[in-house]
Amino acid sequence: MAIWADKNTKVIVQGITGREGTFHAIGCRDYGTQVVGGVTPGKGGTTHEGFAVFNTVAEARQKAGANCSLIFVPPPFAADAIMESADAGIELIVCITEGIPVNDMMKAHDFLRKMNAAHILEGRAPSRLIGPNCPGIITPDQAKIGIMPGHIHKAGPIGIVSRSGTLTYEAVGQTRHIGQSTAVGIGGDPLPGTNFIDCLAAFESDPATEAIIMIGEIGGSAEEDAAAFVKTNVTKPVVAFIAGQTAPPGRRMGHAGAIISGGKGTAAEKYKALEAAGISVVQAPSDMGRKIEEVWRARK
Amino acid sequence: MKVHEYQAKEILRRYGVPTPRGVVVDTPDEARAAAQQLGGRVVVKAQIHAGGRGKGGGVKLAKDADEAAELTQKMIGMTLITHQTGPQGQKVSKVLIEEALNIDKELYLGITLDRRLGMNVIMASAQGGMDIEEVAERDPNAIHREPVDSVLGVQPFQARQVAYALGLEGDAFKKCVDFVQKLMRAYLETDCTIAEINPLLVTKEGDVLALDCKMNFDDNALFRHKDVVAMRDVAEEDPLEVEASKFGLNYIKLDGNVGCMVNGAGLAMATMDIVKLAGGEPANFLDVGGGASAEQVKNAFRIILSDKNVKAILINIFGGIMRGDRIAEGVVSASREVGLPVPVVVRLEGTNVELGKEILAKSGLPLITADGMWDAATKVVAATKGQA
Repeated sequence: MAIWADKNTKVIVQGITGREGTFHAIGCRDYGTQVVGGVTPGKGGTTHEGFAVFNTVAEARQKAGANCSLIFVPPPFAADAIMESADAGIELIVCITEGIPVNDMMKAHDFLRKMNAAHILEGRAPSRLIGPNCPGIITPDQAKIGIMPGHIHKAGPIGIVSRSGTLTYEAVGQTRHIGQSTAVGIGGDPLPGTNFIDCLAAFESDPATEAIIMIGEIGGSAEEDAAAFVKTNVTKPVVAFIAGQTAPPGRRMGHAGAIISGGKGTAAEKYKALEAAGISVVQAPSDMGRKIEEVWRARK
Repeated sequence: MKVHEYQAKEILRRYGVPTPRGVVVDTPDEARAAAQQLGGRVVVKAQIHAGGRGKGGGVKLAKDADEAAELTQKMIGMTLITHQTGPQGQKVSKVLIEEALNIDKELYLGITLDRRLGMNVIMASAQGGMDIEEVAERDPNAIHREPVDSVLGVQPFQARQVAYALGLEGDAFKKCVDFVQKLMRAYLETDCTIAEINPLLVTKEGDVLALDCKMNFDDNALFRHKDVVAMRDVAEEDPLEVEASKFGLNYIKLDGNVGCMVNGAGLAMATMDIVKLAGGEPANFLDVGGGASAEQVKNAFRIILSDKNVKAILINIFGGIMRGDRIAEGVVSASREVGLPVPVVVRLEGTNVELGKEILAKSGLPLITADGMWDAATKVVAATKGQA
């Protein structure tokens, strides 16, 4: 078991004929992921690097049986790509694209909510969006759906969820001797499709996950909300790190979501909320591996 | 992206949002002419991006055109220090000459994204002219919040609720309802992240106007707003940050002496944190991004080194998209070109890391290699103290 992605996941890549799309479609296939094709409007019916190319996501779903989409479409068109996948009933939509306007994402979320209500009404599974501006999701030895370096992962009991891509790799690197159940990068944007709580809930009910690393960063209140959720809903041990303890207020630290504004969203506040919820926090990013091993071994 | 007050008001006027009549000038003579045209009694307002200008002496009332010219003479070229500029202040190069109005009420109106709700929220308070964050802290109930659907925009009942919350009636009430709807349109159509009217002015004549206006725009949406991009004033930005942005590098200058070059925003922040935990102070935040070329790494190197406070550099790369050999090539060629005026600690992980380490080792350059973040941080902090 794992969460959301496994060996049965059939992936299509939206924007497969682009440079990034091509590179990572091959990377995912080489890892062993079932990449069943790609979508580039106008290039349907052709073959690209051995992948069948379709004009629309609906066609890719129908003909190749895709239930997951990996998006590399450029920012001005990415929200459209997300909505197309939701419309086609793709169950897992992973959007890597960085730099999508907030207004576009609000519209995409709105569309997703309405479309999901329709899917449920008609007895179909709803769509889950991971990202945008994220590295994707990986279940070691089963499916890599994203841009992460696959070879550093190993199947094991640690679930990882993070707003930052490279910090996810850092946590994976530090747990390489124990292994990971699934690692999810939820992305650095202000409006992520999947949040900490979604991942924590999924890890809690996943038999393969025995302990969880959660990596947050300054800005917003997602970590505080996650802390409240953990307190009442998560029985598995959780270790948390928050990036940006030294970040000055009012400066956006790279991620569209990482900003301390109006004295809110500081690392100190987040640590306080996490500790109050009984989560084991680490101040140094290099301590994540050591701490998770400690709480994992001590678990009931 | 930020714009000046006069530019934000230009945008507001396009959407029919009422603002005081005003002219932006950069000489005393122009100020005199503008004041005469506006009726003599005017307000002279320094145009810098930072807030808190009034307290810093950047907003003054002139009783006539001559005084407007005098005040302009004093303001142009002065360094204005406010709680938002930092101690170094910001140089004034333009002032806005605006008609002085008969103030009845000063209110607050703001729109921004509420990430938790996933909606834009209108905030309104009768306590205008003050720092809204202070108001929020002291008396959260003094701020009315109205979440707005991004697709539908503000509904008439919502605009009415805002106007009622501001305690308006009669003519001013109707004008405020109209103001709120037009402001929301301006906010949505120009892809704002913040539109703040503080104060929102009600005159004795019952007019409702934006006396001050702050607008920030979504950098990711600038591709569809060439007119907004044309308003960018790079003089308001840190020169090194401007230089970095030309190369697609995300650089923010800080006060310490440990230069940091990292891939990924989260890891870059975490690297700053661990440098601090190891007893050092980061000189910058720098994210080289996911697909940086050797050329880009070289540029990152140059930008870090042009900060004279930097005593040592920490390169921390966990390669995903970014391959370790590319980073290594960039580091080696940049080191050769720029020379190595300060010690450089390199920590590489991820894709092609072995190849990268080999390139570094074979280069013959005095690069200090590290395993893991803590090792890297302690080595670079030692290096700043001459203990490398």
